[in-house]
Amino acid sequence: MRQPATLDLRQTDDGVLRVRLAGDWLLAGTLPSTRDALDRIGHEPRRHLVFDTADLGRWDTALLTTLLTIRREAERAGISVSDEHLPEGARQLMRLAATVKEPEGARRHEVHRGVVEEVGQATLGIWAALLDFVRFIGVCVQSVSRLVRGRASYQRSDFLVAIQEAGVESLPIVSLISFLIGMIFAFVGARQLEQFGAGIYVADLVAVAMVREMAPIMTAIIMAGRTGAAYAAGLGTMKVNEEIDALSSMGVNPIDFLVLPRLVALVVMMPLLTLYGSLLGILGGALVSLIMLDVSLVQYVAQTAGSMGLSSLLGGLFKAFVYGALVAMAGCQQGMACGGSAMAVGQATTRAVVMGIVLVIVSAALLTVIYINLDI
Amino acid sequence: MADEAHIAVTHLTMAFDDYVVQRDLDFSVRRGEVFIVMGGSGCGKTTLLKHMIGLKPPVEGDVLYDGKSFWTVDEEERDKVKRRFGVLFQGGALWSSMTLAENVGLPLRLYTALGEQEIRDIAAYKLALVGLAGFEDYTPGEISGGMKKRAGLARAMALDPEILYFDEPSAGLDPLSARLLDELILELRDTLGTTLVVVTHELASIFAIGDTAVFLDADAKTQLAVGNPRELRDASPDPRVRRFLTRGETDGKALPAGVN
Repeated sequence: MRQPATLDLRQTDDGVLRVRLAGDWLLAGTLPSTRDALDRIGHEPRRHLVFDTADLGRWDTALLTTLLTIRREAERAGISVSDEHLPEGARQLMRLAATVKEPEGARRHEVHRGVVEEVGQATLGIWAALLDFVRFIGVCVQSVSRLVRGRASYQRSDFLVAIQEAGVESLPIVSLISFLIGMIFAFVGARQLEQFGAGIYVADLVAVAMVREMAPIMTAIIMAGRTGAAYAAGLGTMKVNEEIDALSSMGVNPIDFLVLPRLVALVVMMPLLTLYGSLLGILGGALVSLIMLDVSLVQYVAQTAGSMGLSSLLGGLFKAFVYGALVAMAGCQQGMACGGSAMAVGQATTRAVVMGIVLVIVSAALLTVIYINLDI
Repeated sequence: MADEAHIAVTHLTMAFDDYVVQRDLDFSVRRGEVFIVMGGSGCGKTTLLKHMIGLKPPVEGDVLYDGKSFWTVDEEERDKVKRRFGVLFQGGALWSSMTLAENVGLPLRLYTALGEQEIRDIAAYKLALVGLAGFEDYTPGEISGGMKKRAGLARAMALDPEILYFDEPSAGLDPLSARLLDELILELRDTLGTTLVVVTHELASIFAIGDTAVFLDADAKTQLAVGNPRELRDASPDPRVRRFLTRGETDGKALPAGVN
């Protein structure tokens, strides 16, 4: 049977404060509040405190933390504490807890920052992240130049695996999304253009939109979520595991060894995937047009072929190249800058995807403006 | 009380798919003793621990807690038994999103009715007990490997469990911390009556704290000996056990100084 734990203070005539502890002091039970007792100790005129444990039953950590709290409060109030009546085990465990002193300056104090300061710090953080990314672009360019001069040390097999993962294994999702986007464009276009009897121009709409804008952007976004995230998580985990330090200590440049194969793989695969995506988008558009409009397949293909020049195609592929580089670098940079814990890997992955998508969209806007001015 | 088998491992066979790690393990751990699981690297010490704490089901055999089966009951029953023990994993296995105080406080928050301030006090005390006073508000990413291990120990002890499992507790600790840990283990046994199961191959620790030990062998794929480590060192009939416990330096010859 469990006795309830009790705590009370008694003053005796000899100027000693007696703290009486009785009952079972167990974590699993309920404990009396120590606040009143601590308050009284704080205003206590007596200079000496002893514990009375004659009626103490079973006990565990619950008792020890209470004892330590009381002792701390008493010592703060300048009262000397005698632990002679405590159970031997409790004395020993209290002694062990005090064996290793708290190192000076180890304790953290909470820092409160105002809204203005928070906003300011966050803004500076964005600027710092941008600088980090620009610096990383520089590092990658140096690495690529070493690759060109044949001085980069990396494993061919890593590069081939990266090609497979970023390229071949992305085909199903790129197929699905491009095909559906092509169909959606054709649906929307057919409804509008039919009203003017210009249904055949759906072919132009789908082809131009897919090749110049949609295929590069959609593929880049898929790659940011798929490959960029994988890069950040993979490299981040390697960082946590000290695998990157192990490479550095062997004199291997981790950028050349780890980032370069991934970067090159994505930069090579992105235009190819985009080309493939454009084709599937056009197929999707053709399917919808054949069903909804009064056009033949030959007509549709001829209209598509005449809809744009080589410059549009190359322009789209160049975009894909730029997006691929940005997504790969965002993923790798976040992975390489990852902190040392499991949580940090998750955060790095999130940041890599967000950063990749933002960079892709911003550069898409810039490139479109540039293309228009260059008449591409 | 002292002779009661607190934990009993009966005819336990452990395997990864077809690969048998250890077979026919059979020993019991008495209440309130320090029980050592020892053996060379790769002999299955940690795997045995995983079977005892419910992370990996045995291929054959069972683990009994107070005579009751651990593996033939349903998940819910097993979870109840699990609450009676604390585990220190090899690398500490701290939750990296939480501070040390939160790590230690989580089991208290889940399984006791204590208030926030009390939980905080207990966490601070447990951390002080393992020599981490003042580090309550650090996250695991900010402290060293040895400190993580000690924080993991504080978490394992949070609920004052009746059984504590330690996987390689002193690996990665400096000699003074390792010694402090041994002292703590003995103190827990003596004052709280905790049963401790320690997986280790640190000879100094084995002799300093071990009441009983089981020796696993990777080649024989089973236990070679059970008994008091000093007695095994001096009088085990199996030369492999004696060699291990004397660092291979003697075969019945005089013991090197300082081992005792």
